[in-house]
Amino acid sequence: MAEARRIRMLIAKPGLDGHDRGARVLTLGLRDEGMEVIYTGLRQTPEKIVQAAIQEDVDVVGLSCLSGAHRYLFLEVVEQLKAKGVEDVLVIGGGIIPKEDIPFLKEKGISAIFGPGTPIKEIANYIKKTVKRK
Amino acid sequence: MELVENMLDGNDRSLARLITIVEREAPEVLQIMSRIYPHLGNAYFVGITGPPGGGKSTLVDRLTAVMRKKGFSVGIIGCDPSSPFSGGAVLGDRIRMQQHYLDKGVFIRSMATRDSRGGLPRTVRGVLKLMDAFGKDFVLVETVGVGQTELDIMDAVDTTVVVLVPEAGDAIQTMKAGLLEIADIFVVNKADREGADYLAVELEQMLRMKPKHDWWQVPVLTAQAINDIGIEELYREIEKHREALQEGGRLSHRRQEQRRREFIQVIEQGIRTRLLRLVERDGQLMKCLEKVEEGESDPYSASMEILTNKTLLQTWLAELEREG
Repeated sequence: MAEARRIRMLIAKPGLDGHDRGARVLTLGLRDEGMEVIYTGLRQTPEKIVQAAIQEDVDVVGLSCLSGAHRYLFLEVVEQLKAKGVEDVLVIGGGIIPKEDIPFLKEKGISAIFGPGTPIKEIANYIKKTVKRK
Repeated sequence: MELVENMLDGNDRSLARLITIVEREAPEVLQIMSRIYPHLGNAYFVGITGPPGGGKSTLVDRLTAVMRKKGFSVGIIGCDPSSPFSGGAVLGDRIRMQQHYLDKGVFIRSMATRDSRGGLPRTVRGVLKLMDAFGKDFVLVETVGVGQTELDIMDAVDTTVVVLVPEAGDAIQTMKAGLLEIADIFVVNKADREGADYLAVELEQMLRMKPKHDWWQVPVLTAQAINDIGIEELYREIEKHREALQEGGRLSHRRQEQRRREFIQVIEQGIRTRLLRLVERDGQLMKCLEKVEEGESDPYSASMEILTNKTLLQTWLAELEREG
């Protein structure tokens, strides 16, 4: 029998954050929501994240940033994906993101931002509903 | 099949998409496989298996570096288990392979076992073929860290490397069926830890008691993957095993066997898929199924009803004729 559709997601931490507790919690939580989550660890460059997203053929890229460099790093990922012709991948973000930055990020192609305290169920539902590929 | 053409031209995104299709066991797989078949047979497949936490990913990472230095391109398949409860998986082998992310000569793909049992997704053979057709010189397959039941890997690859660590127990553990029989090469990793040399000697003694083949003495290497110690030696042993396999046509004989099994498997799978679809659409047979579920009839008599059902075969035939 053909496999049911399984959502594949890359969770990545661009930049120089010192810990990845949040990313790990999300990795486990989304696994329990039935997703295949590829976790690549701390201190990734946007270039590495894009390459991993392509090779793993993911449906979703989740970016987490705590350091305040999200405006630069998240955008870099979105732009490099676009430059490689990858337009059907959902990009979402999380971490410590000031409210006033959210409209800017959304305008640049980050579909949603989930801050600390967001229930995992909410994130999972958003992904399942919004994922671009069928 | 534009995807296949692009993949054969070296497009990595097309390769990634094709792997997804193979993983999902979509109906197009047969076409894809027959299209790439003429391009197969150039890659050499190496399996890396052993208990969890033994350093398999790190070893794969360092071995890849050695192969790259010698000018070979490398494909990596990292397997991790799917949760039987949610169906989800955490795929974390990549995390140890950071140095190769931006290298065009390395393609890394993580695979979940999905509903396959054991340490290897059953679609891994198809993915190996895609990487072969893509032009990789070596493809390294890292299994799930299970330990005693990973016989599938031996069938899928040319050389099987079993990685053990001193903490994994004494050599008696490996005497139990499984690892001792499937290894073409043993690596005792984390060899700076206590007990490593002892384990290596014990293994070696055991292997000499009962040699696997007269043409290949399974070597026992010690390594510290994280410190890049013993990796070059591992590479050399893989090459030696490859040469030994190639001598006297052993490799081509193995491949013949694999092709035979594969052929039967593909047919089996095709018949199963088709048959189940027909049964699903047949009201009477579905009632049969319900009765079995309810315990009103036993699975054996009910299965006879299906296997001797002529209308089922007639519908099948009619379907074939309609498809032309």
